[in-house]
Amino acid sequence: MFRYILKRLQALVISLIIASLVIFAAVEVVPGDPASFMLGINAQEDTIMALREQLGLNVSLWERYFTWVTGMVQGDFGTSYTYRTPVSDMIAERMVISLPLALYALTLSTLIAFPAGIIAATRRGSVADVSVMGVTQLGVAIPNFWFAMLMVVVFAINLGWFSAGGFPGWDAGFFAAMKALTLPAIALALPQASILARVMRSSLLDTLSEDYIRTARAKGLTRRQALWRHALRNALIPVLTIIGLQFAFLLAGGIIIEKVFFLPGLGQLIFQAITQRDLIVVESVVMLLVFAVILVNFAVDLAYGIADPRLRRART
Amino acid sequence: MIRTLLQSRNFTLGLILILVFALAALISFVWTPYAIDGVDIPNKLRTPAWPYVLGTDQYGRDVLSMIMVGARVSIAVALVAVGIGMVIGVPLGLAAAAKKGSFWDEVIMRGNDLVFAFPSLVIAILITAIFGASAINAIIAIGIFNIPVFARITRGGALSLWERDYILTARVAGKTPTRISMEHILPNVMNLLIVQGTIQFSLGILAEAGLSFVGLGVQPPMPSWGRMLAESQTLIYSTPTLALFPGLAILFTVLGLNLMGDGLRDIFDPKVRKART
Repeated sequence: MFRYILKRLQALVISLIIASLVIFAAVEVVPGDPASFMLGINAQEDTIMALREQLGLNVSLWERYFTWVTGMVQGDFGTSYTYRTPVSDMIAERMVISLPLALYALTLSTLIAFPAGIIAATRRGSVADVSVMGVTQLGVAIPNFWFAMLMVVVFAINLGWFSAGGFPGWDAGFFAAMKALTLPAIALALPQASILARVMRSSLLDTLSEDYIRTARAKGLTRRQALWRHALRNALIPVLTIIGLQFAFLLAGGIIIEKVFFLPGLGQLIFQAITQRDLIVVESVVMLLVFAVILVNFAVDLAYGIADPRLRRART
Repeated sequence: MIRTLLQSRNFTLGLILILVFALAALISFVWTPYAIDGVDIPNKLRTPAWPYVLGTDQYGRDVLSMIMVGARVSIAVALVAVGIGMVIGVPLGLAAAAKKGSFWDEVIMRGNDLVFAFPSLVIAILITAIFGASAINAIIAIGIFNIPVFARITRGGALSLWERDYILTARVAGKTPTRISMEHILPNVMNLLIVQGTIQFSLGILAEAGLSFVGLGVQPPMPSWGRMLAESQTLIYSTPTLALFPGLAILFTVLGLNLMGDGLRDIFDPKVRKART
């Protein structure tokens, strides 16, 4: 097990290094110098030079890369070109919206998908199964931002149960904040819940037809007991992978949903940064999102290794 | 073959949906009910009624005409993105499978893992930050995301084929791995690729809509379903129907492709067909 973890850890570090190189290289090929962009077209040559010096743009590419990476490791993402405030502060300010939103959506999606998938699998062919399959077919095909807009029309404009957008801040109280995140979280969760319910259903159907389930039934377990004690646990492995993948998607996909509800999250930050050519912010937010995906995949790999010893050997 | 395909209810329903939108896209090249580049303020924000079947937007443009032109953008972007993914991903997957366990296999698969860590939205953000927003950049972003998908599915399918006896025979006969990959492996993973292709096609339509919605995709004045939705957002209080039709267009196209994919999978794999019914 120790060797397996070490091997996975090594892969994690290598992917992080390559990802950071790719992002850095991509952003560095951008035509146009941030300093002259910030000062406008009438700027004096020496002012530009001074600003370049201040932004740390006058050293070699490698030096800049190393400053960026070593800074990030210590939680220092540099200083925003536009606002002259630490990027880490700007990100932290937005994360308190984007991260809870992603977690909220993930919770909802799991809470919907598990019962739906289990019911559909255990009562295959029933009305419940057919409706789960039909609804999820729609859920996968619906663009989540459009679904979000429809919910705004129904629940915010017509019924007035929720506000149509904006975020009161966590200072306004936990419930007020969560209420503002509820419609966005549902919009994010619906397509994910649909995928998850389908995976849950087919994975459970596969395990339910395994020999050991028949054995369990033969030794006198009821259907329900066999399901809870044996089938569900084994069916969970593919479901876990999807949950892992979804978390990363929810964090990135939140960017679009945030726009529908005018939430001041990571999405707003990154779109502002793009229009203002605040590249250091773009670079850092992108790195953060990619880091999240890689880290989650690593965690899923570890969970696999614990759940299924065969995988440990196969992958080393 | 065609008869079996049409016997699948999923496939037929999906095909009909796709044909409707493909036809609308094709017709839009020669004819739309109204011109989509003219401003007609007296007729702005009409509710759906003859002759503006789906109503008009804030500039008085006919929504039906815009959806027709939008169809060709959506289909073109998603189709080219699938093409990029296949043209690059499939050879990579074939090569990785042919040299299983080798250094190159490892490099290709780890490279795939790395690209997987960049959701298409994130790639699009990077590309847009660098080159600016455009339809081409949206295609590239979605295309890059498709590469590891096709590489993986090709390698997975090819690996099991390499164990077969007829491949061994081909090797004994002196065929090179490249020739075996092209002549024996590729035709046999084609089914997998077609099914995956429809899925990626539908995901591409969704991705393009999302990118255009946040302004990272197709730029004005070219209509696109995603941007129509973005523009309707501020008018959602007064004219909610503006937000309805482009969304339905996306929903039905994606649904159609998914149904076709399901139908194809059932037909190609009778084992699945039995398990699923």
